[in-house]
Amino acid sequence: MSLVIHQEEAAPILSGLAELRELPEWFRDRQRAAWKQFESLPNPTRKDQTWRFSNVGLLDLAKFKVGGTLTEEERDAILERSRGLDEVAGRMVFAGDQLIERDVISDQLKKRGVIFQSLERAMVEHADLFRKHFMSQPATLGSARFAALHQALVSSGTFLYVPHGVEIELPVEIFHWLNGENASVFPHLLLVTDELAKVTVIEHFCSLDPQSPGFACGVNDLVAGPGAKVTYVCAQNWAENVVALQMNTTTVDHDASAMSLNLHIGSRYSRFESLSRLSGEGGRSDLLAVAVAKHQQEFDARTLQDHISPHTASDLLYKNALDDRARTIFGGLIRVEPHAHFTDAYQKVRNLLLSDDAEANSMPGLEILADNVRCTHGATSGQIDEDELFYLHARGIPTKIAQRLIVTGFLDEAIQRLNHPAISSHLQRLIEEKFAA
Amino acid sequence: MKELNIENLRIAVDGQEIVRGLTLRVPRGEVHALMGPNGSGKSTLAKVLAGHPDYHVTAGKVLMDGENLLELEPDERARRGLFMAFQYPSEIPGVTIANFLRAAMQSRLPEGEELEATDYYAKLYEKIELLGMDRSFTSRAVNEGFSGGEKKRTEILQLAMLEPKYAVLDETDSGLDIDALKTVAHGVNSLRGPDLGILLITHYQRLLNYIIPDHVHVMVAGRIVRSGRKELALELEERGYDWARDGAIEPAFR
Repeated sequence: MSLVIHQEEAAPILSGLAELRELPEWFRDRQRAAWKQFESLPNPTRKDQTWRFSNVGLLDLAKFKVGGTLTEEERDAILERSRGLDEVAGRMVFAGDQLIERDVISDQLKKRGVIFQSLERAMVEHADLFRKHFMSQPATLGSARFAALHQALVSSGTFLYVPHGVEIELPVEIFHWLNGENASVFPHLLLVTDELAKVTVIEHFCSLDPQSPGFACGVNDLVAGPGAKVTYVCAQNWAENVVALQMNTTTVDHDASAMSLNLHIGSRYSRFESLSRLSGEGGRSDLLAVAVAKHQQEFDARTLQDHISPHTASDLLYKNALDDRARTIFGGLIRVEPHAHFTDAYQKVRNLLLSDDAEANSMPGLEILADNVRCTHGATSGQIDEDELFYLHARGIPTKIAQRLIVTGFLDEAIQRLNHPAISSHLQRLIEEKFAA
Repeated sequence: MKELNIENLRIAVDGQEIVRGLTLRVPRGEVHALMGPNGSGKSTLAKVLAGHPDYHVTAGKVLMDGENLLELEPDERARRGLFMAFQYPSEIPGVTIANFLRAAMQSRLPEGEELEATDYYAKLYEKIELLGMDRSFTSRAVNEGFSGGEKKRTEILQLAMLEPKYAVLDETDSGLDIDALKTVAHGVNSLRGPDLGILLITHYQRLLNYIIPDHVHVMVAGRIVRSGRKELALELEERGYDWARDGAIEPAFR
């Protein structure tokens, strides 16, 4: 008989809030309000501009459940498979939104004021920071309903605070596991950096069982303080039956720089909303994404590069490789607000189609309300170049391997921009594994 | 017979015959230069040998050590021992030279056998030095942003690594300054030996000052009009292609 690590009656998501959780009453009030908001907002339809081309039929939540049990066997299997980077500054592993393992940060970092703890502890111990930054921006890219659902049902997550002048050299690593049939998770990362701080975080999203359907609805608040440098990497590798939504907001203060890379490997449908707010002069944001879409997978990316202050820069590069009947959607807007003069904003989407049935939809957009602005945007789709393929053939490389090389090379442009060899090789390995499967 | 044997080959492109009955034998261990003016069909011949899908063989045959080359897919030809150094090699964005060559060498191993990484890199670095290149070069994407000289040296690096039985070098001297030309020639010369047959395709005689051929063939309008020893190249340089065409045994144009 396997031991049970935690047991909680699994209940349908749509049955509403459980009253069991030990969270502060003020937070529970927010959750109750969020649930009401969730119920009052309509399900999206394709007629909504922010859901154009999306397969909204997959968003039926009726079958998904919150809570559930985790056995010792399952926990061991999850910990065994929670292999990310060789060297990290700190690490948390969540299974079904329960923190099951934590490698704390060094005493030295702790002494310098770095806080790395679970979200529910931060609500109590660092309530002011938490309240100031937790979901402080409304979800404006289409998923207000799901942001409300997340807020209502979030029960754990990661809180990371890096104080003034502290640079964490090694990445911080977080795993989120889905476990069980029709299970759901509501991952959250609240990352706050103070002036001149530096940190890199990588989140791995995985399923214990490659067949089980599941639902993930995550929100991240990433705050780059003045002159800070924040790198965020998402390695989305859910099982191929999972429906996932992720809403990230990055706020970039003056002279700060933020870089994000989202790798999409798994899931049936994965929507990723990235809002990058350039709120302080001299801020810079790099938005990268890499997707390998196969079978019937659908990756739905919605982005906003919001230039609020002058002399800000943003650069988006999204690269998708699509095979079989896979679909990708890119809806991205560069908005240069009044007074945000001397903005540099770029947006580039490249789709590599490996099959005639694959479909890449791109909707780039510009909204410029300031002067002296440099903006370019463009989205292109193409197939593997025949001459490139012939060149590889002429070296003896068979078609299948030649295609794989060309595709990984195509995606590599975005991965190399991270300028982080350890993370890059981890992401390359995930891509290789997908091709080998 | 250990030779690359091209017999009465005819090639059409878009319905027009470009190679019109070409016969040529390159035994292993020899270097044969194939010279000809622009449009004589030299590069078309090279592409057909490599198996480019856009070219259509209408008659004749090509045997590599007795095996019918034209029946094989391009990657199969390469694995059996044919190498083509391209006049205009493709850029492969994001694929490093090291990974590219590794895939090429892995494809030559029997299924289930893994290329030994340490040996591979030792060999790669040895050949890199031979061509006067820096090791860091192997981490660059294949031909991406390369100068003309770098591209050609990369072709010869691949030749050195893959150790084919026959190599077709298509205008390997084009786009090279004198220093790059010498480096490339040095690389090719160091690979000469009894196990390698080389077909050196060139427009100009200058390459043949550095890679001395055993035989020279002159190709005009789709067929070989003269063959001789290395001196033929000098004579051709002096007298020009018109001389070669006029003196042909068969008329080049009908």
